[in-house]
Amino acid sequence: MCGIVGLFLKDKTLEPKLGSMLSDMLTVMCDRGPDSAGFAVYGAGDTTRVKLTLRSAKPLDDVVKDLEAGLGVAVSAVLRETHLVVTLPADKEDAARAWLASTRPEATVVGAGQRMELYKEVGRPDAVAERFGLAGMSGTHGIGHTRMATESAVTTNGAHPFSTGADQCLVHNGSLSNHNAVRRTLLREGIAIETENDSEVAAGYLTWRMREGASLKEALEASLKDLDGFYTFVVGTETGFAVLRDPIACKPAVMAETDDYVAFGSEYRALAGLPGIETARVWEPEPATVYAWERA
Amino acid sequence: MPVVDLGTTPLRELNAALHALSKDTNETHWHVINPQGKHAVAVGLDAPVTVEIQGHVGYYCAGMNQHATVIVSGNAGVGLAENMMSGEVRVRGDASQSAGATGQGGLLVIDGNASARCGISMKGIDIVVKGSIGPMSAFMAQTGNLVVLGDAGEALGDSIYEARLFVRGEVKSLGADCEEKAVTDEDRAVLSGLLERAGADARADEFKLYGSARTLYHFHVDNAGAY
Amino acid sequence: MTAPVNPPRTVPRPSATFDQYTISEIQRAAATGIYDIRGGGAKRRVPHFDDLLFVGASISRYPLEGYREKCGTDVVLGSRFAKQPIHLKIPVTIAGMSFGALSGPAKEALGRGASALGTSTTTGDGGMTPEERGHSSILVYQLLPSRYGMNPDDLRKADAIEIVVGQGAKPGGGGMLLGQKISPRVARMRHLPEGIDQRSACRHPDWTGPDDLEIKIEELRELTDWEKPIYVKVGASRPYYDTALAVKAGADVVVLDGMQGGTAATQEVFIENVGLPILASIRPAVQALQDLGMHRKVQLIVSGGIRNGADVAKALALGADAVAIGTAALVALGDNDPRLEAEYQALGTTAGSYDDWHEGRDPAGITTQDSALAARLDPVIAGRRLANYLSVLTLEAQTIARACGKTHVHNLEPEDLVALTVEAAAMARVPLAGTNWIPGQGF
Repeated sequence: MCGIVGLFLKDKTLEPKLGSMLSDMLTVMCDRGPDSAGFAVYGAGDTTRVKLTLRSAKPLDDVVKDLEAGLGVAVSAVLRETHLVVTLPADKEDAARAWLASTRPEATVVGAGQRMELYKEVGRPDAVAERFGLAGMSGTHGIGHTRMATESAVTTNGAHPFSTGADQCLVHNGSLSNHNAVRRTLLREGIAIETENDSEVAAGYLTWRMREGASLKEALEASLKDLDGFYTFVVGTETGFAVLRDPIACKPAVMAETDDYVAFGSEYRALAGLPGIETARVWEPEPATVYAWERA
Repeated sequence: MPVVDLGTTPLRELNAALHALSKDTNETHWHVINPQGKHAVAVGLDAPVTVEIQGHVGYYCAGMNQHATVIVSGNAGVGLAENMMSGEVRVRGDASQSAGATGQGGLLVIDGNASARCGISMKGIDIVVKGSIGPMSAFMAQTGNLVVLGDAGEALGDSIYEARLFVRGEVKSLGADCEEKAVTDEDRAVLSGLLERAGADARADEFKLYGSARTLYHFHVDNAGAY
Repeated sequence: MTAPVNPPRTVPRPSATFDQYTISEIQRAAATGIYDIRGGGAKRRVPHFDDLLFVGASISRYPLEGYREKCGTDVVLGSRFAKQPIHLKIPVTIAGMSFGALSGPAKEALGRGASALGTSTTTGDGGMTPEERGHSSILVYQLLPSRYGMNPDDLRKADAIEIVVGQGAKPGGGGMLLGQKISPRVARMRHLPEGIDQRSACRHPDWTGPDDLEIKIEELRELTDWEKPIYVKVGASRPYYDTALAVKAGADVVVLDGMQGGTAATQEVFIENVGLPILASIRPAVQALQDLGMHRKVQLIVSGGIRNGADVAKALALGADAVAIGTAALVALGDNDPRLEAEYQALGTTAGSYDDWHEGRDPAGITTQDSALAARLDPVIAGRRLANYLSVLTLEAQTIARACGKTHVHNLEPEDLVALTVEAAAMARVPLAGTNWIPGQGF
């Protein structure tokens, strides 16, 4: 139960402003979800390296030095409050995760991918965006979420976005009615689900479908059959951005598209500050219809 | 002519001032600027005044309106003019879902599009949408008139009672127990009157009329599939 | 051995699984093709307040003298945000029941009885009648999914507003009023054709979920200039989450209705198989309030199977601020009166079991829109009966509170209770009598 924002840029010259645009949108959605907030930003990256976003309540001071010593490769890192984004050679991801699990159990890998960085914390969304410096980030697309917790706990682990695969993340407004059964299926299929949150199940479901060869659009279409309840999903992948509402579509959703961007908001006011919104095509996504965009 | 800037004035002050107006007030024309998508703007009015809002409003703008005219130069959020009793509400832009929900009277005019569930459970309100309406519109509509110059989404008029639905464009699908009806002279007169009041550029003979097939009025086992 | 002459035979053996009622229901369904619809709440046996006992006072605790030493019963509802909170003299309120489901005289009688004791009545699905407003000194106005008869003038006339998300008899279901009860006046109030089967919605038309509810509450507060307390009523389904979310969305009062709570009409299968008993619902709801630091700040009204002052005291001891009664209030007015047995027999039922409230043929004149039947109920006499009953509930609750040494019924606490069964101990989170064991805790 929450507020969602999403922004997918078509105009490259806007990329340095992605964070500030997304931050403004997120701040407007504060009162839809005062418990916690999170966002994912797709920034720079390349195929040879992977970014791991680590979150830890304790300081992660010597992680970079120790990782370099442990793996024998160069590691770079950016620290933002409780989150540390470490970048290392892609072929060392598994080794890095294993090393972290054994030597830094207090750190959680909240997201991983070539380009995605993912931040989430308990607290008012505007304060969370400020703490992590969202306004200063650049990228091609990003999604954000403000959460009013329903059945799962108000914890950072329960905050959105949820990432269950490389460069994949999902935010959700609504309430799934069959997530326990789907979670059991996904666990059998080897998808790691770590919380009791229904939204993480939705993220894991898409990861599973895409692992089996579906495109993002196909995975979302399949979810119409397999995920029951009320939902509006906004999903990011390394190159794509997609939106889906359930067949009843009670939870609010507004989209806007111009030559420069595609934007999503739970309410129109989240979009009202975007450049050129006056002449944008503005619409509410149809029920049970997948809207997807891919970077050229 | 009072001008209220919601960028600096709390919403509570605006609504309290509007509620304090007597039926014979001289302050009959209000301007509201910088609504910034706020919810519950100009709800519960009960005096024959005009409130013009410059910008976008959030949920429930002009909710339960009586006697007043509320004009929004912008887009409106969920539940625009919900349960309106009388008066007039006009939106220059688009309206989100459940516009005019359960409205019992008055006229709601939307210059742009209205999304899902427009006129849900309407109980006597007249709604004119110059653009198109979304899915599940006029769900369980009881009485009143819904006029759509553009198209209607899926399941129009599902479980409808005695409301009249006039649509000029395409209807994607009709809901359970909703069917096309022959247009009587009385229907045409009602429609013409609404088009004129709404300032809509359309002729009554361009519209089709949809209403209740009345097969769900009393339960019958052979209709169980429609529930 | 030769076969005995006239050997003894076994007597006919009814099936425990396919009992007489079950068989009759299969036969009825096969003949009609429609589920059984009825009024009232769950009739099956569920763990209830009967399985709890107060321990009372003796040497370690000192009791109060009955009749002489004061034991307060008043309750304030809506002190969180409302400018005009409600002050009730007794912690027993009358639950929402519509004009339409009930006759005009029945609604009037409820208003008279409640007002005499300084407590509130509640409208229902169908709006507020002038008679009801006139006879209820404190009136709670319900905002329901169907919005039948919803009117801003009445919102402003109400003393509190209750947003109904669900009710205990059918959490997740909408209302239903069959053709027999859609009289010309009911039809006019609800904007429906006369005599049709009314199907009520199960979700509100313009909001879904707690984030939208918060905005809906803001609208209602703005509409009524932040004067009226705003209640949120839920059927007992997930009481911890629902209570927490109602509080987060800005409610002043949470109303929690257990599965024994009545309805004017819905499917028997719904009444008997969906929702939690009230006994199992109170502690999770109170826990949610306590976790949010809101216990006694946001008040909790519970309902569903309250019958006597002991039930009232037990509900309060488990953490409720007040209770609401519906079925018991109708019985006090005269519902299911054995003096009408011949007429109940003619309807194919018996006094004590009559639940076809939706058919509108109530010989007691309560659940009907037939003017001749409705005229049988004298609202003054029936109102007096309700007032008597409310007095007894209050006196009984005070008797128990005094015996536990409390100068106010709100000072009853779970530690004043023990349970007779393991089930009740687990649900009420009080120890099994004579032990320190609270099943289900610490696992």
